[in-house]
Amino acid sequence: MSALLIAEHNNKEVKPFTLNAITAASQIDQDLHVLVIGHSCEAVAKSISEIPNVKKVIHIDDAIYENYLPENFTPVVIKNSENYSYIVCSANTFGKNLMPRIAALLDTSQVSDIIKVISADTFLRPIYAGNAFATVKSTDVKKCITIRPTSFDPAPTTGGTAEIVKVEKAEASDLTKFIKREEVKSDRPELGTARVVISGGRGMGSGDNFKLITAIADKLNAAIGASRAAVDAGYITNDHQVGQTGKVVVPDLYIAVGISGAIQHLAGMKESKIIVAINKDGEAPIFSVADYGLEADLFEALPQFLEELNKLNTIQK
Amino acid sequence: MKILVAVKRVIDYNVQVRVKEDGTGVVTDNVKMSTNPPDDNAIEEAVKIKESGKAKEVVAVTIGEDKAQETVRKALAVGADKGIHVKTDGIVEPLAVSKILQKIVEKEKPDLVFMGKQAIDDDCNQTGQMLAALLNWPQATFASKIEVKEKSLEVTREVDEGLETIETTIPSIVTCDLRLNEPRYASLPNIMKAKKKPLEQINASDLGVDIKPRIEQIKVEEPPKRKAGIKVASVEELVQKLKNEAKVI
Repeated sequence: MSALLIAEHNNKEVKPFTLNAITAASQIDQDLHVLVIGHSCEAVAKSISEIPNVKKVIHIDDAIYENYLPENFTPVVIKNSENYSYIVCSANTFGKNLMPRIAALLDTSQVSDIIKVISADTFLRPIYAGNAFATVKSTDVKKCITIRPTSFDPAPTTGGTAEIVKVEKAEASDLTKFIKREEVKSDRPELGTARVVISGGRGMGSGDNFKLITAIADKLNAAIGASRAAVDAGYITNDHQVGQTGKVVVPDLYIAVGISGAIQHLAGMKESKIIVAINKDGEAPIFSVADYGLEADLFEALPQFLEELNKLNTIQK
Repeated sequence: MKILVAVKRVIDYNVQVRVKEDGTGVVTDNVKMSTNPPDDNAIEEAVKIKESGKAKEVVAVTIGEDKAQETVRKALAVGADKGIHVKTDGIVEPLAVSKILQKIVEKEKPDLVFMGKQAIDDDCNQTGQMLAALLNWPQATFASKIEVKEKSLEVTREVDEGLETIETTIPSIVTCDLRLNEPRYASLPNIMKAKKKPLEQINASDLGVDIKPRIEQIKVEEPPKRKAGIKVASVEELVQKLKNEAKVI
C-alpha cells in the first residue's frame, strides 16, 4: 500500500516543513504520493514532482481551496484517500487543524506529532511537553499521522520526475468563511528552520527592549523567538512563541535571554544543539539545560555581547 | 443560546512529570491534578458570553474516572450552570472522546461547543477538530478572540504565520488558546454554591459508542537527558566558547 502526504504551501511555494514531512512519510512507506490542494498552485505541484522521494503528485486546483479551510480540504482528501494506508501531514498549525477532521471521518485514531518511525505501525512521540517519550502502535487499517518536522531532515528538492495527475475538486462547504490573514513579514530566517534563534522572555521588560535582541539577531542572521510570558505581555507577536503550545525549534544555537525556563518553554527548544542562557537569576531552571550559562543582567550583557560579536573577524551565516 | 464546554483533568502544569520505572506510563499517585489550562480559558469565555447576555446557559462536561468530577465542580464554581460527568476507565483516545461528546451534543443540543486547543498530558490536539467532523460543524481552532454575531462567530486564530480571522456559522466548535482571556478564580462562596448545582452522571457504556483504544502504548520512557553545561564568567568568555569550542558562530 502507499502513503498520501498533504502538502502545505501558500499557492506559490512549498512550505519548508512539507519537505521534512516528506522524509518521514517516505520512511513509513516508500510509495509516497503527495496531494497538492490549492488555487492556481501549478508551480507548487511542479516543484513537488521534482522531489526524488515523491512517486506521484495529485493536483487539485480550485478557488475554494485558496485559504486551506479544513471544511473544504477534508472532503477532497477523503475522496482521494481510498487506496492509501497512510495519510500524513506535518504537525504545525496547518496539519494540527486539518488532520483530525480527516481522521474522525475515516474512523481512525490519529497518531500526532511523531518524532521517529520505528516500524510501519509503531512510532515514537513526545507526551507531557516532551518530559516523556511514548512508543505507540497504531492498530487502525488506515493510519492518520502527523510529523514533528524538526525531528526529520528536509527531503532533497531536485532530481525527481514524478507524474502530476489532475483531479476534480470535491463539494464546497459553506460552514466557514475566510476573512483575513495577518502575516508578519520579515527578512529574517524562519523561526522553525533558522540555524540560530535568539529568544526573549519576561525579563526583557518591554517590547521596546527587544531591540537589544534584534541587534544581535541581525549580526548572527538569527530568527527571533519568545517565551509565552513575553507574548502574553504584548512585547512581541504570537508567531514568535517557542514552546509546548507554540513552535518547536531545533537550531544549532539557541540563546535564551531573560527566560526562566518553564517546562512549557523547554518543550519547544531543549533539542537545540547548543543552548545559551542569559539570566540574572542563577537558580533559573533554564540553566539546567544550557551548555553555556551566563548569570548576568541582560541589559548589560546584551550590549556587551554585540560588542564582542563586532570584534570577531568572521561570523557564520 | 447554549454553550457546552468540555474540560479534562490532567497533571497540573507546574508538576515536573516523572516516568514510571516499569515504562507503563507516568507517575500520577499523589501528584497534583488540575483542569487542563486552555480548558479554563474555554469555560471563562463561555461564562463571559453568558454574562454579556448572548448566552443563556453554560454546561460543563468531563470524561474520565470519578475524580474527573473535580474539573466540572471547578467549572460550576466559576459560572457554569450545569455539569455532566461521563464515567470511563483507562485511556480514552481523542477519537473516543469526540464520539462521546457527539452523543452529549445530540442530547444537550448546544449552539456552541468550546474546549482547550490541546490537552497538556497527551499533547494530541485532536478532539475539537474530530468532534466538528463527526457533527459536520465548522471548526475554529486555536482561538485568541471570539466575537459572537447574530448567526455566526468571528474568530481570530493563532497560526504559525501570525493571525487568521474566519467566520463560522452557528452551531460551531471552538478550540481555545491560552491567550483568549484571563480565567477567573473561584471565590469560596461560589465554590460552596457550586456544590448545589446539578451534576449529571452518565456511564460511557450506556451511550452506545465504541471507545476501545486503537493505539497500543508499548512503552513510556524518559527522554535523553542533556549533558550538564557550564557557567561562564563573562560575555567575552561566552563568545570565545561559542566561536572556538562549540563552533556555532
